[in-house]
Amino acid sequence: MPALVITVARIGFIVLLWIFVFTVVGVIRRDLFAGARSSRLVAAPRGVGAVLGQNKPAKVKRGRAAHQLVVTAGQLAGTRITLGEAQITIGRAEDSTLVITDDYASARHARLVPRSGQWFVEDLGSTNGTYLDRAKVTGPTPVPLGVPIRIGRTSLELRP
Amino acid sequence: MTAPPGSASTPAPTGELPRVRFAARSRRNAELALLLLAMVVVAAYAATAEANLLDTVTFDFWVPIASITAVFLAIHVVVRFLAPYADPVLVPAVALVNGLGVAFLRRLDLGRATPDERADLTMFSGTGGRQLAWTLISVALAAGLLVLIRDHRAISRYAYTLVLAGIVLVITPALLPAKYSQVNPQSDAKLWISVGGFTIQPGEFAKLALLVFFAYYLVRKREVLSLASRRFLGIDFPRGRDLGPVIVVWLISLAVLVFQKDLGTSLLYFGMFVVTLYIATERVSWLIIGLLLFFGGAVLAWYLGSTVGGPFASFYTRVDIWLDPYGDPYGTGWQTLQGLLGLGTGGLFGTGPGAGQPTEIPEVHTDFVFAGLGEEIGLFGLSALLVIYLLIIERGLRAALAVRDSFGKLLAGGLSFTVCLQLFVIIGGVSGLIPLTGQTTPFLSAGGSSLMANWLLVAALLRISDAARRPVDSTSPARPSGVPAGPPAQLHGATTEVIRP
Repeated sequence: MPALVITVARIGFIVLLWIFVFTVVGVIRRDLFAGARSSRLVAAPRGVGAVLGQNKPAKVKRGRAAHQLVVTAGQLAGTRITLGEAQITIGRAEDSTLVITDDYASARHARLVPRSGQWFVEDLGSTNGTYLDRAKVTGPTPVPLGVPIRIGRTSLELRP
Repeated sequence: MTAPPGSASTPAPTGELPRVRFAARSRRNAELALLLLAMVVVAAYAATAEANLLDTVTFDFWVPIASITAVFLAIHVVVRFLAPYADPVLVPAVALVNGLGVAFLRRLDLGRATPDERADLTMFSGTGGRQLAWTLISVALAAGLLVLIRDHRAISRYAYTLVLAGIVLVITPALLPAKYSQVNPQSDAKLWISVGGFTIQPGEFAKLALLVFFAYYLVRKREVLSLASRRFLGIDFPRGRDLGPVIVVWLISLAVLVFQKDLGTSLLYFGMFVVTLYIATERVSWLIIGLLLFFGGAVLAWYLGSTVGGPFASFYTRVDIWLDPYGDPYGTGWQTLQGLLGLGTGGLFGTGPGAGQPTEIPEVHTDFVFAGLGEEIGLFGLSALLVIYLLIIERGLRAALAVRDSFGKLLAGGLSFTVCLQLFVIIGGVSGLIPLTGQTTPFLSAGGSSLMANWLLVAALLRISDAARRPVDSTSPARPSGVPAGPPAQLHGATTEVIRP
């Protein structure tokens, strides 16, 4: 066997071993960096959200009603639901309106209820809690447009 | 076993909104792809080893690799049908380590054999061939466990039976005469049961049985252990009367140290208990108490060894070698030194598979497999191997975090930690971090008992991770027939997520 072939094989084996490691990490990446990614994703609207949280609700009542619920982060990122008159339940249970497969979500996690044009988010006694922007939701809370509702690693927003 | 897709057609109680449903991904295809990649890595190792050893790659070098690939594909199919939501990484990662073990042992056989004998090295001959056969049996056992146990909570019903079996398994080698319990005349550890040329290492199975019992016991006692406490120096310490069980296990592990002369196993049992205790109670004080007790016990044994001798003498010798391996380089320190020299020769990139001299190290196929492999794949290869082990452990802990019942949490956490601690004990011993004690390297060392026990462990983790990742279906509980529906009789069987608005 020529020395070159042996050297290539020897280094190639170690490279292959590391390729395997990185492929495995790629498969489970979502789990490994779950904390870091979600904190980065919600960090962006933080300043905006604080302002929105105080000023927007008044505007919403006047004209701009929410027509869509958009998942902005998590496994279902990009999913849109057109809002109607009915409430929306969120959780891991199969009969939820939005079934999220999130390790940190409960079976019946939260619900969104419309009341005269304004949507309210309500936690249904979930294990890990529901957050509106950075505040934990304790009772029915009005949801302004564009403010993230966070459930586990999933973020949801109301859009016009 | 899968969530019935038929439930999608039932009308949503919330109105006529478009239902957004996503089936939880089982990721079995990712597992298959990873498994094939792992086998390519093993084949690359085997081919390079032959190129270095024989100066040519034999025509049928792929036959052993192909046969273990077939075995692993079989377990993949079993998982696909019986645990469809199980973690996709566990099987490929374990298969890679196991495959590398088989290939390395075969490489040792090739290195030892004379050119004439090499032709006789068929698939099932030599240490590598035996390991191949053991892999077959172990994977079959793991598949059997997946078939038999459809819900990991069912295991807790046999907790007392298992702990009895475990204690018998631990004690038997200590009581047997040395003829039946000492395989290696140089080593004085009494860890084996040897009957008619057939040897098993009962401690490997005992650790699984004991762990099931620890998990069962602690789930029932966790409240009293975690709530009743006295605060001292900012840390909650348990009451004296609650220390009972930890003292008992400490005494058992000391007895193992004294009568079986094996520090590693005793550290393993004690560490397993302390960590499951910590997982159950979330109290750091147990770790502190555990570490203090263990180091106290080890120092006491060392002191007694230096003054009294007797059953403690061998432990004293081990510590002596650890403190100064060059003290008797051609005698007691020979093995440790050869291992260290092997690792040193390997350097960063290793000599290349097949190009090193691992046969110089005594017991390279069992205790020192890490040093033997390290000489040939170097620091870069070894760290990849360690990262793969780390990922296996991480997936186990992940399953423990995600599963919804306390028994499953404790069992999965304890099982993954056992792998971790065992690796620490043997790799720490080989690399000179702690006194060397004979433990097997999980999935890598030659030996049927270790391989079987560890594959059973992986099967249990697969079962628990399947339960953890399965989508929750509250309308029709996807319970296997073995477990009665309705509210569980005991609280530890309850899921922690029964929440109604």
